[in-house]
Amino acid sequence: MSVDTYPATLHTPEVNPRGEKSGRVPKGPSQRRRTARTLAAKYIVVILTSVIAVFPILYIVSASLNPNGSLAGSSGLFTKFSLENYINLFSNPAQPFAAWFMNTLLIGLVTAAGTVLLGGLAAYAFSRMRFSGRRLGLITILLVQMFPQLLAVVAIFLLMKGIGDIFPALGLNTHIGLIMVYLGGALGVNTYLMYGFFNTVPVSIDEAAKLDGAGHSRIFFTIILRLSAPVLAVVGLLSFIATINEFVIASVLLTAPEKKTLAVGLYQFIAQETSANWPVFAAGAVLAALPVVVLFFVLQKYIVSGLTAGSVK
Amino acid sequence: MTTTELQSSSGTDRSRKRQRPIARAAAGAPSTWVVLIKIISLGVLDAVVIYAAFILALNEDWVLAAVALVAATLINWIYIRRGSLPAKYLIPGTVFLLIFQMYAIVYSGYVAFTNYGDGHIGSKEAAVEALINKSLTRVPDSPAYPMVVVEQFGQLSFLVTDPDGEALIGGEDRPLQPADADLEGDRAVAVEGYTTLDFAGVLAEQEQLAAMSVPLTDDPNDGALRTPDGSQAFVYSAKMQYDETADAFIDTATGKIYEDTGDGAFVAADGTQLMPGWKIDVGFENFVRAFTEESIRGPLIAVVLWTFVFAGFTVAATFAVGVFLALILNDWRLRFRRTFRVLVILPYAFPVFLSALIWSGMLNPQFGFINQVLFGGAQIPWLTDPILAKFSILMVSLWLGYPYMFLVATGALQSIPEELVEAAKVDGAGPWAVFRRIKLPLLMVSMAPLLIASFAFNFNNFNLIYMLTRGGPQDITTDMNVGATDILITLVYKVAFGETGGRDFGLASAFSIIIFVLVAVISVISFRRTKTLEELN
Repeated sequence: MSVDTYPATLHTPEVNPRGEKSGRVPKGPSQRRRTARTLAAKYIVVILTSVIAVFPILYIVSASLNPNGSLAGSSGLFTKFSLENYINLFSNPAQPFAAWFMNTLLIGLVTAAGTVLLGGLAAYAFSRMRFSGRRLGLITILLVQMFPQLLAVVAIFLLMKGIGDIFPALGLNTHIGLIMVYLGGALGVNTYLMYGFFNTVPVSIDEAAKLDGAGHSRIFFTIILRLSAPVLAVVGLLSFIATINEFVIASVLLTAPEKKTLAVGLYQFIAQETSANWPVFAAGAVLAALPVVVLFFVLQKYIVSGLTAGSVK
Repeated sequence: MTTTELQSSSGTDRSRKRQRPIARAAAGAPSTWVVLIKIISLGVLDAVVIYAAFILALNEDWVLAAVALVAATLINWIYIRRGSLPAKYLIPGTVFLLIFQMYAIVYSGYVAFTNYGDGHIGSKEAAVEALINKSLTRVPDSPAYPMVVVEQFGQLSFLVTDPDGEALIGGEDRPLQPADADLEGDRAVAVEGYTTLDFAGVLAEQEQLAAMSVPLTDDPNDGALRTPDGSQAFVYSAKMQYDETADAFIDTATGKIYEDTGDGAFVAADGTQLMPGWKIDVGFENFVRAFTEESIRGPLIAVVLWTFVFAGFTVAATFAVGVFLALILNDWRLRFRRTFRVLVILPYAFPVFLSALIWSGMLNPQFGFINQVLFGGAQIPWLTDPILAKFSILMVSLWLGYPYMFLVATGALQSIPEELVEAAKVDGAGPWAVFRRIKLPLLMVSMAPLLIASFAFNFNNFNLIYMLTRGGPQDITTDMNVGATDILITLVYKVAFGETGGRDFGLASAFSIIIFVLVAVISVISFRRTKTLEELN
């Protein structure tokens, strides 16, 4: 929904703030001048904030297009235009950006899908079934999410080392291993979002389907999941973004250059030699951010609803 | 968008899509593909677990092997029998949760009570063996043993002919024993059941061969055979002799004695340690060190204080700015509101690690855009002065965090009934009074849980700190790898995986436990105050 529309039912026409002409309080000239001044002040604040918000992003886009850039670049933004940095980005085998990009997408997508599935299954049980230990389970999930996995990074490293001794394909330096670790955090705030949403799907629909002969799995996969598409999108996207941003565990588990994710690879690339690598890093940053920013704005209204679901009633 | 609206919008969805799923559902009972997926998943799980248990049993790790088998049996039982439906839906997520979160947390607790880290990785036996191997030197004037390399099931062995002409076979950790070998002249060249490697085969395995040492007898002190080229082996003996009864190492050259003093390493009277040592349980020593050793306690206290300041300021500042912006952009008289909204939430859409790295570049004292362009070439140490670095962190944190608060506050403000505001205005309340007395209290009701969550998140906001300053500037008054902007979680990371200095998993885990306790206290207090738990039903 757009922010400009007020829920119509809340207003009688007399108090509608949009109804300028029907406004009941007559305004004197001095008062009008004061409101004009307030409005001007608001414009200034909003424009200033926008500039501060956008500037770093404009700067990095500009730096990525400036071929002879150092860290400072040139004093003006967008004074040069060249794709040289983007070409260099993909041509240096010591810093396999394309591999990092694909790794990140793969890990992010699989983790997001897995999180939606695992969280959805659990949320369905919590929402539709009554069993002993249900409340305890909900409380546990709520408590566990206060302790993010990165706190136990040492233990996770040692655990994965042990798993790798038995199954090298699942241990250190494997994407599957990293995804499994991320899925350990699947039951958490996500389950809560889905649980809340499933609760809003009327139970009568389940019952009707049951009368028609549908089993529980069919009800879950073909009815509940489909009716909950918005919340699945939110959970998937939040999990995707979180995975892309995850640095600690990925940096500890993935060591081979071509296995790394964008967060680890780009950080180490820029940490080695900040100034010299900056223009190429800028190009990498722009490309890395692009899918996330696009997804964010496409799904923006769902995200906002997801963020506020727990709080705004 | 508020929940109620989300519900109503999904309500229209629902009526549209309602027909299809139900019509399909009528087709019949348990669908074949669900059964198929179930069978395949259980099969894969069983194969994996049985293999893992087998390997664990081979390593004599009986407890883990038993746990794996019992868990797998339980899971099979639950999925194969009818009923226990909730368990069927909860198990997939719970398995991952148990292994990679719960177990990891418990295991951190265990590691915190050990000296696990560089030089203290394995068992004592492994350490003894490594020390003997490390001190192996060729025995002067000892005879050469002609040999060939033989292979069985991927395992390499030496087939040697000793100076008496007897054929012996042995490998890494498998002492020499007589072999019934085929002779070629007076040299053993093959033995039944093994394949003899030709020259190319030896070349291919060169690296492994060079690292192999084959014990002469059961007693490792007797020495071992090593080969430089795969055709001749020489007797090496350990410079360090291990005396099992005294549980001590004797340096045969100097006569110095190294004893096990209970510190997880062999230590000489003058304090020199033999490395590697081994992993031992040290009880509360890591915690005792953290709280009593001045070189750790000082930095630790500073880090804990800064962690609280950082998280507290971030929540307060982002909340204030977010609400302020939301109030301003809620004014319908402003034009281009949609555009402004998109612009001010842009920092939130950008991946955090990239934003932090970009800011670290812009704030770079020598070459950064801010100094070079905005301050005309000044050398302001934004990230290298302890105070300024903290200031920079707080500002960037504000930049990163206010859009979230803005988004949430916008939603919350719109759900405040307009009548309340109008009624207050009629009663003569000015804009400030309306905000202070009506909007803010209502905002706090809905946003308090999010503020707590935000505090907990920023308490462990590793990415921002590490990407922006790496915790620096370095604190030079202590030999610990800690800086002015380190928060607890970055300290844990540096101690455990730091580039400088030995990795100390034990101490790092002890710090983790301290974070656990702090976070637990915070959550208990906050859950009490927000009554979240009581609302569960």
